[in-house]
Amino acid sequence: MLSKEEEIDILKSKSNYEDAQSSSIEALKIVQKSRGWVSKQAIREISKVLKIPESNLEEVATFYSQIFRKPVGRNIIRYCDSVVCYMYGCEDIKSCLENALNISIGGTTKDFRFTLLPICCLGNCDNAPTIMINDNTYSRLSLKQVVELLELYK
Amino acid sequence: MKRILRTSETHPLTWWLNEKEDVVWIKEYKKNGGYLAFEKALKTMQPVDIISIVQESGLKGRGGAGFPTGIKWSLMPKKSSFDVRYLLCNADEMEPGTYKDKFLMEKIPHQLIEGILISSLALNVSKSYIFLRCEYVQAERILKKAIFEATQYGYIGSNVLKSGLNFEIFLHSGAGRYICGEETALINSLEGKRANPKYKPPFPAYVGAWGKPTCINNVETLSNIPSIILHGTKWYKNLSKSIDSGTKMMGFSGKVKNPGLWELPFGITAREILEDYAGGMNNGLNLKAWQPGGASTELLTFKHIDLPMNFSTIQNAGSRLGTALAMAIDDTVNIVSLVRNIEEFFSRESCGWCTPCRDGLPWIVSILKSLEVHQGHENDMDILEELCCKLGPGKTFCAHAPGAVSPLKSAIKYFRSEFESGIKKTSIINISSI
Ligand code: SF4
Ligand code: FES
Repeated sequence: MLSKEEEIDILKSKSNYEDAQSSSIEALKIVQKSRGWVSKQAIREISKVLKIPESNLEEVATFYSQIFRKPVGRNIIRYCDSVVCYMYGCEDIKSCLENALNISIGGTTKDFRFTLLPICCLGNCDNAPTIMINDNTYSRLSLKQVVELLELYK
Repeated sequence: MKRILRTSETHPLTWWLNEKEDVVWIKEYKKNGGYLAFEKALKTMQPVDIISIVQESGLKGRGGAGFPTGIKWSLMPKKSSFDVRYLLCNADEMEPGTYKDKFLMEKIPHQLIEGILISSLALNVSKSYIFLRCEYVQAERILKKAIFEATQYGYIGSNVLKSGLNFEIFLHSGAGRYICGEETALINSLEGKRANPKYKPPFPAYVGAWGKPTCINNVETLSNIPSIILHGTKWYKNLSKSIDSGTKMMGFSGKVKNPGLWELPFGITAREILEDYAGGMNNGLNLKAWQPGGASTELLTFKHIDLPMNFSTIQNAGSRLGTALAMAIDDTVNIVSLVRNIEEFFSRESCGWCTPCRDGLPWIVSILKSLEVHQGHENDMDILEELCCKLGPGKTFCAHAPGAVSPLKSAIKYFRSEFESGIKKTSIINISSI
């Protein structure tokens, strides 16, 4: 069941658009925000509220990279792997994170503390290399700082 | 490094900022003449006048393609029977190496809002959407607050400044995928569908969002509108040192001393930006190549560094101005590896709609990976060149694939030997000896 808040937020977002389908991405994001990811069950519930077919929501949910279809960690690490950060050693950052967390790209730690994902250019190229943890962006990171940062997220 | 003195005459986009570059909220924006352009347009100008001023100003789209904004606007249907129309602000900045729209939204949000309002007036639009990429959380927070402020001050809402006109601005944040920046894909995404590009014609100006006439402009383009309306076209043209009017957010990233972003007149040379603003290359490094404006622009070499930054000269040199956020590639960088990184990006971000792009890009990546470790096959160069051709302009459904192969093609042109040295020696079979 969608919570009351989720339902209210979804209906509110619907009024920003010309039809219900248009608010599907926002609806998926609302549910993902409160639950971390979007399950099949959640899609069914959203489809009832928006009165659009489940398949329409599935189609969208499987296309966009920032909609998660399986459980993720409490903290999402996105490391920029685009070209400027590449020149600043993002591949080392990636292996450093993989080692520190003992997972590979796309993976989630066993304790569900972190999920590690690549992301394209975060528009912070003048401060490369850069990573984002949840909503926070970190600039000009050394490998040592990357590992230290992890401690801030429980 | 240059000390930069910003004035409204020379830096129409960024003169609002103080040394610390704090956000310019509505009070300060208005104190310095903000929203005067909108009031002027609303009270004294007809939509056709606004369109013709923008046309005359020579403003070109700042999203990368450089299409004249006034012409784009004039393509919207004149008949008032097309009563519902939309303006979409493309804030889906995701081109690797580009960080200008984020800056403008996070620092001077009201300039964008004012630009949207004047454009809405010109295009008879009452509802506009800012399509923002979801990772720009800071920009989202700031724009939300700025829209709220503008609503409180009566610039957004119904019967704006007693004109009888209504203006609404919605902030839509996406859910990833670079292809959303392509304008027809952006429309699909806004409509809650997969972001596959659409066939043109019909053009969005006639059949756009929800089937209605729609105009799509980039953040920086719209941010230019208020000052053009306020100070006129002659002044705007004179800002530039070249045939392209106005100023442009330009920058240099990569291993330079002071990577950054500056508002500069068109026609400034790449060398001036690199040396005077970005402080030159880091100690001990030399410039080997550079991209003028984003990952999808062709590589140029140090021989091109004295080129003036404007649309035509960069194009004549075999590249594109793109977003004008240049990136320096130093002499320690292996070009094959760098291009592999760029192609991995394009391959991952292909929407998968058409075969050459969906299957060609991963193929390119796998060839580059083998060249990187000197395990390339003797045919690899031929295959790469053939793919560059098969993914070229006109061969695929949208410009993603041609953009993707541009850096590869130019890299082969200038650094062929680096690619060839990745071919496995033993794979060169001498046929006559068999
Ligand atoms: S060229 Fe690539 S991105 Fe464009 S429609 Fe085809 S598959 Fe999609
Ligand atoms: S390339 Fe990493 S932030 Fe732009």
